Amino acid sequence: MSTPLLEVKDLEVAFRTQTGLVQAVRGVSFSLERGSSLAIVGESGSGKSTTAHAIINLLPGTGFISGGQILLDGQDLTKANEHEMESIRGRKIGFVPQDPMSNLNPVWSIGFQVEEAIRANGIASGRKAVKKRAIEVLKEAGLHDADRRLKQFPHQFSGGMRQRVLIGMGLAANPQLLIADEPTSALDVTVQRVILDHLESLTRELGTTLLFITHDLGLAAERAEQLLVMYKGQVVEAGPSVEILQNPQHPYTQRLVAAAPSLASRRIQASGSLAAAETAMAADAATAAGDTIDLIATAEHRAEVLEAAAAQPPAIVVENLTKVYKIRGAGEFTAVDDVSFQIAKGTTTALVGESGSGKSTVAKMLLKLEDATSGKIVVGGNDLATVSSKEMFALRGRMQPVFQDPYGSLNPLRNIGNTISEPLSTHKVGTKASRRERVFELLDQVSLPRTLVSRYPNELSGGQRQRIAIARALALKPEIVILDEAVSALDVLVQAQILRLLADLQAELNLTYLFITHDLAVVRVIADNVCVMQRGRVVEAATTDEVFDNPKEQYTRDLLAAIPGANIPLGA
Amino acid sequence: MPDSIDTTTSKPRPEHFVAPLEETPLEAIDTIKAEGKPSNLWIDAWADLRRRPMFWISAALILVIVFIALFPGLFTSEPPNSNCQLANSNGAPTEGHPLGFTRQGCDVWSRIVHGASTSLSVGIIVTMLVFTLGVLFGAFAGFYGGWVDGLLSRIGDIFFAIPYILAAVVIMSVLADYRNVWVISLAIGLFAWPVTARVLRSEILRVKNSDFVTAATAIGVPRFKIMWAHVVPNSIAPVIVITTIALAGAIVAEATLSFLGVGLPSTFMSWGNDIAQAQTTLRTAPQVLLYPSIALSLTVFSFIMMGEVIRDALDPKARAQR
Amino acid sequence: MLWYTGKRLLQVIPVLLGATFLIYFMVFAMPGDPIAALYGDRPPAPGVIDQIREQYHLNDPFIVQYFYYLIGIFQGDFGVTYSGQSVNDVLARTFPVTIRLALLAVFIEMVFGIFVGLISGLRKGGIFDATGLGVSLVLISLPIFVVGFVAQYFLAIQLGWFSPTVGAGAPLEDLILPAIVLASISFAQIVRLTRSSVIETAGLDFVRTAYSKGLTRRRIVPVHILRNSLIPVVTYLGTDFGTLLVGATVTEGIFNVPGVGRTLFQAILRGEGPTIVSFVTVMVLLYLVVNLLVDLLYAVLDPRIRYA
Repeated sequence: MSTPLLEVKDLEVAFRTQTGLVQAVRGVSFSLERGSSLAIVGESGSGKSTTAHAIINLLPGTGFISGGQILLDGQDLTKANEHEMESIRGRKIGFVPQDPMSNLNPVWSIGFQVEEAIRANGIASGRKAVKKRAIEVLKEAGLHDADRRLKQFPHQFSGGMRQRVLIGMGLAANPQLLIADEPTSALDVTVQRVILDHLESLTRELGTTLLFITHDLGLAAERAEQLLVMYKGQVVEAGPSVEILQNPQHPYTQRLVAAAPSLASRRIQASGSLAAAETAMAADAATAAGDTIDLIATAEHRAEVLEAAAAQPPAIVVENLTKVYKIRGAGEFTAVDDVSFQIAKGTTTALVGESGSGKSTVAKMLLKLEDATSGKIVVGGNDLATVSSKEMFALRGRMQPVFQDPYGSLNPLRNIGNTISEPLSTHKVGTKASRRERVFELLDQVSLPRTLVSRYPNELSGGQRQRIAIARALALKPEIVILDEAVSALDVLVQAQILRLLADLQAELNLTYLFITHDLAVVRVIADNVCVMQRGRVVEAATTDEVFDNPKEQYTRDLLAAIPGANIPLGA
Repeated sequence: MPDSIDTTTSKPRPEHFVAPLEETPLEAIDTIKAEGKPSNLWIDAWADLRRRPMFWISAALILVIVFIALFPGLFTSEPPNSNCQLANSNGAPTEGHPLGFTRQGCDVWSRIVHGASTSLSVGIIVTMLVFTLGVLFGAFAGFYGGWVDGLLSRIGDIFFAIPYILAAVVIMSVLADYRNVWVISLAIGLFAWPVTARVLRSEILRVKNSDFVTAATAIGVPRFKIMWAHVVPNSIAPVIVITTIALAGAIVAEATLSFLGVGLPSTFMSWGNDIAQAQTTLRTAPQVLLYPSIALSLTVFSFIMMGEVIRDALDPKARAQR
Repeated sequence: MLWYTGKRLLQVIPVLLGATFLIYFMVFAMPGDPIAALYGDRPPAPGVIDQIREQYHLNDPFIVQYFYYLIGIFQGDFGVTYSGQSVNDVLARTFPVTIRLALLAVFIEMVFGIFVGLISGLRKGGIFDATGLGVSLVLISLPIFVVGFVAQYFLAIQLGWFSPTVGAGAPLEDLILPAIVLASISFAQIVRLTRSSVIETAGLDFVRTAYSKGLTRRRIVPVHILRNSLIPVVTYLGTDFGTLLVGATVTEGIFNVPGVGRTLFQAILRGEGPTIVSFVTVMVLLYLVVNLLVDLLYAVLDPRIRYA
């Protein structure tokens, strides 16, 4: 048996902070055979990226390796000096970073940045040879017009193109090991799939060993033979991908599998693992019960609701809605093109699409943050185009938004109590004392302690902030809540919690949701109806089950196919 | 992919490792960690400031200067102007005259003590003027955008195009008969505000696209109230920093104008005037020039230092750079 | 790039009109007789007054006066000094000296400022960094005339390393000390700006990516860190040019440098209103031109602007 290409033994990484050392990675061990692939999976803060950065010795800030060994071909990288590391990076270990927007130097041309990588690794010398190799590298990475685009700058490339450039640079010197740190998280799902397919065929062709870092369990299982699940700096479970997904042993992995929306469609069948998860977490019932979405119960309840809703007038009617932006010097841009849909009271309609599909523009027009160019929006019987400003003010109380970015959606200088009561004071509802009572009630509803009223947003996690934003949205007892990517920025477990909360609130308060998302996987667990948007148009609109089971449009099928993990057979 | 697994038959099948639960205990999802005192930007900044000696040193210096400016009589009994005897011209220190005499035979220490209030008043008036104009122009331009921004920013560009000391030179030359603390403050402040406005404007452009601003709009909060209650408070931190530094700049500007001879008339105690008058005897009596220079520099230094510590405390980026 | 240049040129026009209008307004729309105000307690001969009334079209409505003034500026006619010389002649004589002084100062502050700032930023928290920060803080706090006098007294008069005043023709070696003085404040600002810019850039993702490509630190520091850090420093040079102009006025006064600044300095000391206005106008125009050049340089340094 040959030695593994990479062997990590009891790796410890720590960060120096003002309050002392913080251990980010604790005793991580794994080994990677030549030509194989391994994915490290974990939520933010699990230490997965830190582990990857430790391997190429590029820990950010005050981070340092405080223990253990990293053996590459038998050489201990923790003992290598800077000079030795320089010759290992690029040549032996390639690296593909996460965010294509920030990982290319904006002031140098693409050609310059690829060529310097080629020169540094001694692959070619002489201007012509280097340039030739640069074009080769980019073409291999899937940039077909590479020779023409060599002189262009990063900002002239789309996100997907930049990621191709970064993949090309990572593989330029044909390294034995390629570390891909969330290489496609910042990209649209369909682009993501194409690029990952390309990366996979490239590495297979070159025989490159792949170390993949991701937060998405489905993606990890789909792209790597082995999984390593990390939690709070430790490895909780490791082994063959399919086996872990089908038979997760550690309660944390069970939680992850249960909560991963991309696997949710399979999860109904995988009741064996669900039962196991529930048993294992029985001791921790208070949290565990709230952490899984009971899909079957939700589905049954939903059928009743839908029946009842059909009898009432719809909460939202959108007809032939169009929004055209005038772009200086470039004519017009139609962001939303002849969009029509209805949402029945008490139901959830998801608006799904990739970036630039116009889904958020629809939300803005519904909230009257922007005016429609043409078409009609009727909310609770009021035509938004003709309402007076006084009527609109009243209408705002009946329709509230929750936004994506949990860090931007709360005023950092206002305490939680004042944030939640702002809608009440703006609409002059009740007295100061009664408002305070209402704030407490709302905090109860979103399952947060009442003591938070005097705290500030920066003390809370993303999920908790999103709960506050939901509480604020509910303060005026609205009928409609517009959720604009409201769970997209959250880790899966927290995301599952919030989705559960939203479902509960809907049942309790008979809320109507417009759920805007790029993530088709989430749609399955929350929406009754789906509108798929592409380039401003609704290309397919149907019930959620129809869209998932029997998609009519090619674009919908592409989106469905792009849900990571969809191809993995789960359980018996 | 399932098919890729088939190709690995030659390799040893990796075992399925599960960490013992006692070594990797599960925590509840999303636990709330808010404990101790509430904290936000300002509370944190104050906690940060309190820990820094630089803050206390500059605060103490500023307090001493303010105290001297308010109660000069407590620091010297010598009148700065009326008891000058040419016999003492550029004289060495004597009993009761710790820093010696100027060319006109006036007490150097007394003139420094009485000059403090001039420097400080100009500094404060200019700063208030610059802050008010800068915040008004910057806030409206940044928040309302469109033609309001176009108009206000162009006006700012025009005022910015004339370096404020040069503008003050022109104004003070024209208003030669009206030179006093208010006029010189106006002359400096009228052309010094565009920088403040620009800083606030760009900060507001960043803040106003935050979701909490959109959320407030969706609640129905009036636009004007959104600006003052949500956007400006979240954009003001860098303005506070440059305002503190602008106070130092205004003190320098007053001294420079007085030094150039278009500042305050000689009936006012001004360090700039004293420095200008002492320059003729630089070779023979450098100390007469040195003492007011030290007083001026120390005052400026204390405000600049204060601005720097506040910057470090308020700007997370600057904090990370320490 | 062409589009950007055109846009910037178009933006300068309203600013130019506005700024000249403001200067004109400050002088000629103030209460009282502008001539009396300009000359204060030293009224010129009656003949000169008539000449000035004629020159500034004081008998016409205000806006017409401004119009004449503007035409004069565009024709390159900045008027006549108190002693009757054409401002253009004085400029021709003094301008080259000031340019030499300013270029020398900018060279000193850029080279040393960027160097010290770069080392400080790369060795954040070290002794060099702490010293650099402390010294720059003190330097920023010293008004330029204080620096001037201290340098003149200690370096020139006491130690005799430099000549305390600049000789005729302003030879380069005589300009070194005034240039150092002129550079001192901006030097400190550039140190701090470069430092924070370097620290920020060094922490950016693309720098890590550059390391991951296998590049050496010796290449990454100049090519990726310094190159990107220079962009804000260059922008600063433009806005700082105003400080440089005022500084040149004071420095040339102290060291008796026969440049534009000293001419203005002496005009101020003597209370020669029209000369002051002419020279301030020239400086404002210069300031606008320099800022335009800096903006274009900015576009050269940053392709995101160039190809926007």
